[in-house]
Amino acid sequence: MSETAAQQIGVVAESSTGETRVAATPQTVRQLLGLGYEVVVESGAGTASGFSDDAYTDAGARVGDAWRADVVLKVNAPSPEEIARLREGATLIGLLAPGQSPELLDELAARPITALAMDAVPRISRAQSMDVLSSMANIAGYRAVIEAAHVFGRFFTGQVTAAGKVPPAKVLVAGAGVAGLAAIGAAGSLGAVVRATDPRPEVADQVRSLGGEFLAVEVEQEAGTDGYAKATSEEYDRRAAEIYSEQAADVDVIITTALIPGRPAPRLITAADVAAMKPGSVIVDMAAAQGGNVAGTVAGRAVVTENGVTIIGYTDLAGRLPAQASQLYGTNLVNLLKLLTPEKDGRLALDFDDVVQRSVTVARDGEKTWPPPPVQVSAAPAAAPAPVPAAPAQEKRRLSPAGRYGLIALGMLALFLLIAFSPTQLVGNFTVFVLAVVIGYYVIGKVHHALHTPLMSVTNAISGIVIIGALLQFGHDRVAVSVLSFAAILLTSINIFGGFAVTRRMLSMFTKG
Amino acid sequence: MNASTAMQSADVVAALLFILSLAGLSQHRTSRAGVVFGIGGMALALVATIVFAGRHISGGAVLLVLVAMAVGAGIGLWRARVVEMTGMPELIAMLHSFVGLSAVLVGWNSYLDVEARGSAQTEIASNLLRIHHAEVFIGIFIGAVTFTGSIIAFLKLSARIKSRPLMLPGKNLLNVGALAVFVGLTVWFVASPGLGLIIAVTVVALALGWHLVASIGGGDMPVVVSMLNSYSGWAAAAAGFLLDNNLLIVTGALVGSSGAYLSYIMCKAMNRSFISVIAGGFGIEAPSHGEAETGEHRETTAEETAELLQNATSVIITPGYGMAVAQAQHPVAELTRVLRERGVEVRFGVHPVAGRLPGHMNVLLAEANVPYDVVLEMDEINDDFAATSVVLVIGANDTVNPAATEDPSSPIAGMPVLRVWESENVIVFKRSMASGYAGVQNPLFFRENSRMLFGDAKQSVEGILRALHLPERSLASS
Repeated sequence: MSETAAQQIGVVAESSTGETRVAATPQTVRQLLGLGYEVVVESGAGTASGFSDDAYTDAGARVGDAWRADVVLKVNAPSPEEIARLREGATLIGLLAPGQSPELLDELAARPITALAMDAVPRISRAQSMDVLSSMANIAGYRAVIEAAHVFGRFFTGQVTAAGKVPPAKVLVAGAGVAGLAAIGAAGSLGAVVRATDPRPEVADQVRSLGGEFLAVEVEQEAGTDGYAKATSEEYDRRAAEIYSEQAADVDVIITTALIPGRPAPRLITAADVAAMKPGSVIVDMAAAQGGNVAGTVAGRAVVTENGVTIIGYTDLAGRLPAQASQLYGTNLVNLLKLLTPEKDGRLALDFDDVVQRSVTVARDGEKTWPPPPVQVSAAPAAAPAPVPAAPAQEKRRLSPAGRYGLIALGMLALFLLIAFSPTQLVGNFTVFVLAVVIGYYVIGKVHHALHTPLMSVTNAISGIVIIGALLQFGHDRVAVSVLSFAAILLTSINIFGGFAVTRRMLSMFTKG
Repeated sequence: MNASTAMQSADVVAALLFILSLAGLSQHRTSRAGVVFGIGGMALALVATIVFAGRHISGGAVLLVLVAMAVGAGIGLWRARVVEMTGMPELIAMLHSFVGLSAVLVGWNSYLDVEARGSAQTEIASNLLRIHHAEVFIGIFIGAVTFTGSIIAFLKLSARIKSRPLMLPGKNLLNVGALAVFVGLTVWFVASPGLGLIIAVTVVALALGWHLVASIGGGDMPVVVSMLNSYSGWAAAAAGFLLDNNLLIVTGALVGSSGAYLSYIMCKAMNRSFISVIAGGFGIEAPSHGEAETGEHRETTAEETAELLQNATSVIITPGYGMAVAQAQHPVAELTRVLRERGVEVRFGVHPVAGRLPGHMNVLLAEANVPYDVVLEMDEINDDFAATSVVLVIGANDTVNPAATEDPSSPIAGMPVLRVWESENVIVFKRSMASGYAGVQNPLFFRENSRMLFGDAKQSVEGILRALHLPERSLASS
């Protein structure tokens, strides 16, 4: 193959059991072609997602041996046999879980194969469009509610019907990350009463914005710098456990989403909590693959406890909406390839100076490049450092009460001395002046923001009152004085008449809808 | 009742009417009555003064006065009728300069009437003479600062000169120096009045007014205009002290303190120190910040935006100066009307310093017949963005910059902004990727939920309107 020819992208079928997703849909194939690549799809790759080979062909792809392509798009990490099918020097893009599977990286690097892990996209705003974890979590959160509703023997929404009153289901969502928020939204849309917990107090607003109630655990807590929650303190765990116990006895559905990167999932719901739940209640443990948040979870299965509580531990929640999941994953891949193909010439160019490209690359040119240097997340830490520089500035501006009273006293004293030593006529003037200043301040205090401009033009017209000074000076013996006053009268008249007229014009435009 | 008490009582009634006028102007309901009170107060004050002063001067002089007023009234009414609402800031700045200049002229006259005659003058009792000297000086000083300041503001607002801040070395020192010179000259003048000193103080004050406003950037104009409004009031009050006229003092103080308070509101909205604004020394640390967040922005088209709007449940429009520049308020109002008819909730979020004049956006939207009850203030609407489907950012930049809340090193850190980025979709109408007046890059453009709609705001909005009407028409014809 010549150096200038477009590279081939291969979309391969997934071999993992139960995997329904595919790394490209006909729609994303078109976008890949738009970037200048040729696309080869393995026969049957999209079947589980509902995309036939013909659909891919119609979109412009070729059905053939996708494993030999220059760039292979995959969903899951490849098996050793699959790695053997890859060309030497090829690029593999998929969910490789680099943190959990170092031996896989060694194997890929040894071939050598350049490997990009979609699950290593840094959590910065620029890379959001490639964040598979978020897009999958979003689907999984939605699906978790659907699974729960499917098993739950009652309505989610409350109704008053001729056949009696139905109370709404109560749903507790543990963890308000992307999956948690999606679950809150979905459960809320079905009409349930939704509550949510999260160690990060700053997500409370997000929970409320989706119609959920935020149950705060009031303990000192530090936020992670990578946008994920950190392992929490003991004190926090104790308080949280109390909340979970209280809630377990009350709610009908619990959806847990708590994950800590690179660690087993935290145990949130104990066996005692499960036992306290009402028969017919449902728990969806979205962390089942990482050991589960709930005592008694079995990864990949739904189990029913002795007291009739169903614990769902499906690990393929996103895959249960295959067409949707493939579309979002495919779009994430397209966005990454857009970044990797700046010239749109169908040639992959890895730039290690770009923090996103550096982070996702886990193996290149026979070398393992994991873990990448740490990336500071733009969104998360802002909450923490912001108050620090702000605080001293506030200090500077705000005086202590004593200082403030002192300053006021000083001002009053100065005013007193000024007036006390003034001649009688000036005393009168000052009295009027001081009172007018205060009136001006209070009169304007509650001005509606929309009226700022009319207010300014009216005060402008009123300050044309200086015309009186000119009027009083006019017509005396000195010609120069009269000339100057004439000019002043003319100018201030423009002010007075123009100011009032334009104010009237503006006010006549304000109408109430 | 004699002429003098009649005059004074007219003054008191006029002052009261002015207070009622300002009070009325603070609410929509009473605003029109407020203008009527203001006009009434002014008419009363003018008639009383002309009648009172007319007794001492010839009939010809009275006629001249009326001629001057008639000419001024003609010019004023004509300008008020033809001014574009987008040109409102310029007009107001221009009017401020007239008050300033008149105050200077009154000061000069008073000098010519009293000080220039030396011991021959009869108007001022000898024990008050020194105070009169000081008053002349202060009156001229404030008036002249207002005059040149307003002229510069006018030139900047009408784009006749560049609106970039002037950066003279040691600018604060220059301002303080001018004040010190003023104090020195005042002391000198009180000791021995002379024409040279009057000229000197006028020149110093004119230069100070020029420098104060020249060193302020275009984006800070709302504060400057309301500050000049306040200055023009103080100038009138100073003239009142000079002429021992309580009506002038009351009115000047009213305008001065209300203008200062308005500026204070503006300053809070921009997170600026009030003192540094009065000193004209703000915006100095402006564009030193280089490492702004950058990245890829995504573009969109008018058609896509129309589709998005059609499927939205609630839309918030946040206008900025760009809307005024593009004269886009009418198509925006039309868009609002069309969407509201289709059951989409449309509201406006106006930042306190959007535009070049306090309340500028409100006036523009009112001109285009947008009902004022859907035009909300930042604080009223900020919590609603999270529940909003689409936000249209039309010609606003710094007022919607997330860096203000998230990046403590940003020059605009701490400035309250409209949190548009919390909504589902943000469409940014912009000419290009250039940064706003504060010279700060806006990370909003690179957000996942932001789309850029490049081009002239007016044409973009009209494009959306066309796209919205298309399906309707094709339905009707089929």
